[in-house]
Amino acid sequence: MTDKDVIKVPLGPQHPALKEPGNFTLSLRGENVTDMTIRLGYNHRGIEKACEQRSYLNDMYLLERICGICSHSHTTAYVQAVEEIAAIQVPARGLYLRTLVAELERIHSHLLWLGVAGHEIGFDTLLMYSWRDRELVLDLLSMLTGNRVNYGFNTIGGVRKDITEDQRNDILKATDTLEERTKVYAELAGNEVTLSKRLQNVGRLTKADVVRLGVTGPTGRASGIKRDVRKDDPYAIYSELEFDVVTSDHCDVFGRTLVRVGELLQTYKMIRQILKNLPEGPISAKAPRKIPKGQAVSRYEAPRGEDFHFVRGNGTDKPERVKVRAPTMVNMQAVPLMMKDAQLADMPITLAAIDPCFSCTDRMIELHDEGGATSGTYSWAHVRQLGIQHHLKRGIDFANLNKELASWRERIK
Amino acid sequence: MSNETDSPSVAAAPVLATEQKLQKDLETAFPDLVGKITLQRVRRVWADVPMQSLHAVVTYAKEELGFWMLCTITGTDEGAHLGLMYHLAGDAGIVLTVVIAAPKDGPGPQTLTPLYPQADLYEREVVDLLGVQIQGLPEGNRYPLPDEWPAGQYPLRKDWTREMLEVSKENA
Repeated sequence: MTDKDVIKVPLGPQHPALKEPGNFTLSLRGENVTDMTIRLGYNHRGIEKACEQRSYLNDMYLLERICGICSHSHTTAYVQAVEEIAAIQVPARGLYLRTLVAELERIHSHLLWLGVAGHEIGFDTLLMYSWRDRELVLDLLSMLTGNRVNYGFNTIGGVRKDITEDQRNDILKATDTLEERTKVYAELAGNEVTLSKRLQNVGRLTKADVVRLGVTGPTGRASGIKRDVRKDDPYAIYSELEFDVVTSDHCDVFGRTLVRVGELLQTYKMIRQILKNLPEGPISAKAPRKIPKGQAVSRYEAPRGEDFHFVRGNGTDKPERVKVRAPTMVNMQAVPLMMKDAQLADMPITLAAIDPCFSCTDRMIELHDEGGATSGTYSWAHVRQLGIQHHLKRGIDFANLNKELASWRERIK
Repeated sequence: MSNETDSPSVAAAPVLATEQKLQKDLETAFPDLVGKITLQRVRRVWADVPMQSLHAVVTYAKEELGFWMLCTITGTDEGAHLGLMYHLAGDAGIVLTVVIAAPKDGPGPQTLTPLYPQADLYEREVVDLLGVQIQGLPEGNRYPLPDEWPAGQYPLRKDWTREMLEVSKENA
């Protein structure tokens, strides 16, 4: 650029507004963004190549780890393609349970997003509330699958765990609470002036640009594009569920918020239908170790947009080729357009509003005494005490910390 | 289930009507494609296209048949040549995959970025990982390999192993 008033500011690759590596070079005239280039690939791990060297089942666990949030999305997209190649008929109950976890995952992802969005605009109360509520759904996922993220719930031919009547009731109970809470957020999004003033007209993306760039998921729907793989190219049991595709004509971050909150309400509706109509029977079909020659593409409406998988089998127990496209790949390319002529301070929330993918695998721990005699849940105070003792054994005394800090300050004076 | 009233069921019998129309439209516009189009199942159509016709077929699919999205490009190593699959989608939920063969060591297809701006990253990906020589790709950052990645190393080619990278680093 020849204009002397334009300066270039690199944002990232470390932590560009989110805990995910990506590099954005912004050209600024004063506070206004005139141009922007993106450099991605910092998270490239060679998973597609690695898939060719592992068995179909091993690949599922590998693909599950593409993303901590959409882990069930990736495995479902993948197993659907494998099942199509091998002509495996997944039993109805298996498909229902697969869809159940898919929708629970959507709740967990959208509530997470709502918190991040609140945080990016300095509205941390929203972060605290929505992440507290998100614990409910994470507890459900943990109960159903044994893990809060990376559930390992899918398998080729169905799912790995059935649900009990008690679990069914727990899900229904939590769904009621979550719906009540989400209605508060819906009201908040509509009436809270801080939120609407801060988000309206930020990160604008017109309907025409959504079509031109092929933008997918809630980001596209918030610009009035009524497109959802669950409706357009139905998989699992979505053709049997009654739900609306939520759209908005705001074409900005505010619209993206309304769409995600609206989708949560649709998801609760779907979960009730799934549990009401859950058929009896087996949860998986036996899958062969070797998958015949053939290829298939599979699409999946992940919380962030369309996941696209391609799998080619060559008759062995390892795939010939696995190709993955996550929604961020296409949505990220719309960010420069959203930022054009916008203010630098709008960058974090605009980037966050496409809900780019980052890992979240932190989890609380339940400690059990190894001897088994006193096994049970430890109180927070007890865990804290254990921690203090652990450090004491290593010569670190927190009780003396202030004293030691003072003497250290004396020494370096 | 009780509430499946208005949504068309996947398993409804007279399937493939839309797919057959799509096939006919493509064959009428491009007589060369007769016998090259496969209807795999409902909403899955595959077309084998010569590399030179890629632009014409994709332009027709986008402008006349409503395939406004390029889902992604899958590159494959087919041994003697490279395969490229352009997965197109539109509102009808159909995925039309246009398959071409590109040489390993010669000029590949023209870039699709004028038609689909999002092709930019997909094309850079097959350039980096498979060594497809996309023609007319605008200047920009490479994707997804690091800037210092040695030339001529294409990790998704079947004969590529990690040891080749280490040898190349030693030579450098």
